[in-house]
Amino acid sequence: MPRPDRTAAIPEPPSHLSPHDLLTEALSGILQRPGRSLLTMLGTVLGIGAFVAVLGLTATATGQIGERFSLTRATTVTVTDRPRTDGTAPGTNPPSDFPTDTDHRIAAIDGVRAGGVWWPVPGAPTLSRRPDGPDEGTGLSVLAATPGAVAAMEPALTAGTTLDEYVQKTAQPVALLSEAAAERLGVSRLDAQPAVFIDRLPYTVVGIYADVQRQPAALLSLLIPASTALERYGNPAPQPDRGAQALVATRIGAAPVVAAQLPLALRPDTPNAFTVVPPPDPHTLQDTVTSDLTGLFLALAGICLLAGAVGIANTTLVAVLERTPEIGLRRSLGARTGHIAAQFLTESTALGTLGGLIGTALGVLTVLGVAAARDWTAVLQPATTLPAPLIGTVVGLLAGLYPALRAARTDPLRALRSA
Amino acid sequence: MTAGTNPPVIALYGVGRTHPGRPPVVALRPTDLTVRRGEYLAVTGPSGSGKSTLLHLLGLLDTPTAGRYELDGIDTGGLRDKDRSTLRGRRIGFVFQSFHLLPHRTAEENVALAQVYNRTPRRTRDAAAVDALRLVGLGHRTDALPGTMSGGERQRVAIARALVNRPSLLLCDEPTGNLDSANAEAVLAQFDALHAQGYTLVVITHDPAVAARAERRVTIRDGRLTVPEVV
Repeated sequence: MPRPDRTAAIPEPPSHLSPHDLLTEALSGILQRPGRSLLTMLGTVLGIGAFVAVLGLTATATGQIGERFSLTRATTVTVTDRPRTDGTAPGTNPPSDFPTDTDHRIAAIDGVRAGGVWWPVPGAPTLSRRPDGPDEGTGLSVLAATPGAVAAMEPALTAGTTLDEYVQKTAQPVALLSEAAAERLGVSRLDAQPAVFIDRLPYTVVGIYADVQRQPAALLSLLIPASTALERYGNPAPQPDRGAQALVATRIGAAPVVAAQLPLALRPDTPNAFTVVPPPDPHTLQDTVTSDLTGLFLALAGICLLAGAVGIANTTLVAVLERTPEIGLRRSLGARTGHIAAQFLTESTALGTLGGLIGTALGVLTVLGVAAARDWTAVLQPATTLPAPLIGTVVGLLAGLYPALRAARTDPLRALRSA
Repeated sequence: MTAGTNPPVIALYGVGRTHPGRPPVVALRPTDLTVRRGEYLAVTGPSGSGKSTLLHLLGLLDTPTAGRYELDGIDTGGLRDKDRSTLRGRRIGFVFQSFHLLPHRTAEENVALAQVYNRTPRRTRDAAAVDALRLVGLGHRTDALPGTMSGGERQRVAIARALVNRPSLLLCDEPTGNLDSANAEAVLAQFDALHAQGYTLVVITHDPAVAARAERRVTIRDGRLTVPEVV
């Protein structure tokens, strides 16, 4: 009888393990011991959960800054008198370092919508409804403002008119009241041309505003023309926090350029007299938030993942040793070494993937929970969140390599005898 | 099977197994043995006699260092592990002393496991497993877990698993070693029935009472196979 050709050594097709069967066998291995499988996954769950949560919380916090970084703030530039280096207080150059035609100088800059100077009138003026009435101005302040400054605040008028060029030029005794001030001073209608008394002097109320876009301090204030204030109260106080400031409203995107030009436009001779505060650059803010802690947390997540990988490797190895008889049995049923290796590798990979999925879900829930608790908008980057379970897959695959090799190398003879 | 000829299920021609080492250990001296289709052979001998070596060689779990082993007329010498695994899965049904049932799977699932590696379509597996369980008288316990079954029932599940692929050879290693006498008797009765149906059985045992049930007996001692005197 001639020896048959090696390639056709046996009549039947070789042993085979379909992907479907492979998956079924691997999953049944996992589900047989759900408690242990869960514990095995724990490291991966924690690692990937931390990974997703850290990235999600960072993105959420960053997005939060982005949200707070409103359109109004992005178009606001403020200019303050810088303390002098020669020992004199700021604002000692009357009425301050701001030139008298500040409004026009600001308005001349490209990209400016409105701008002007304002300051709290010096001292603590009394406010009353009648010349001899009690002071009802507690908590209210009187601000001197040029028409440009009032325009830059963008008051939402509910009645009357704003402070205009005319009242500024002629230093009229008029006042623009916030709603809070009007209520306190009993001013509800303007048709009778009511007056309020500041330091017992009458000011005709020309308008009432409900809201301002900039300078929220104005919501508890009375605005009077800057010229009137200069006439009656003199120069702004020398203290930097009570001194004169310029408030500038710019067009969108123009704020940085305007900020750079303002000192020169105001005082070509001494541009250093001012401190210009442009709106914060969103990128700078995000970077400071993102950098430090995120790196630390990601490192922790990496350590968790490593521990997870070791956990899976360890448990799979223990399972291989424990299931030596099963390996022998499968070999006796026709399984090839590759089938055995594939089964254990699939088990560990499935464990890793499951851990990754659970971890991702927990991470997302954490981000959502924190965002909900803080009234934030949760931000999850699809680029980092969606592939997160795959990290678990890779961890499981790598962790399963050695145990799978050990399983494949198990000698069926000893495996069958060892039970 | 090959048309015209009907080769023996097992044909050993001077098959021996020596474990390398210093000195080399002879586990099985060159042996000739033929088991024809439908035979019921018992291999007896004390432990350490070479029974296990013979079992592993017959089961293609080990390769001989001398001689030629033909299974169903197929020369198994020089086969790669892939082909040996395939032959093992297709043509040999193993029955072990310790059953080797997977504890978390039902009787039916344990039997069906034998069909995973040999390309049996998934949809026919359950029916075949149930048929095999009926064959060993366990048609009513298909959904039972091994933990709820007696030792005899478990061993019969293992026999069903060995039978489900309709192997040429049923290779049993101390099949009653873990059973009490009543359960052992049930298993042996099962072997008798299978023999009557034409199955080829090789039972390796140290128990003379088990060997006595076989149609033919050989004894192995110090690695030497002998045919004992007919009692």
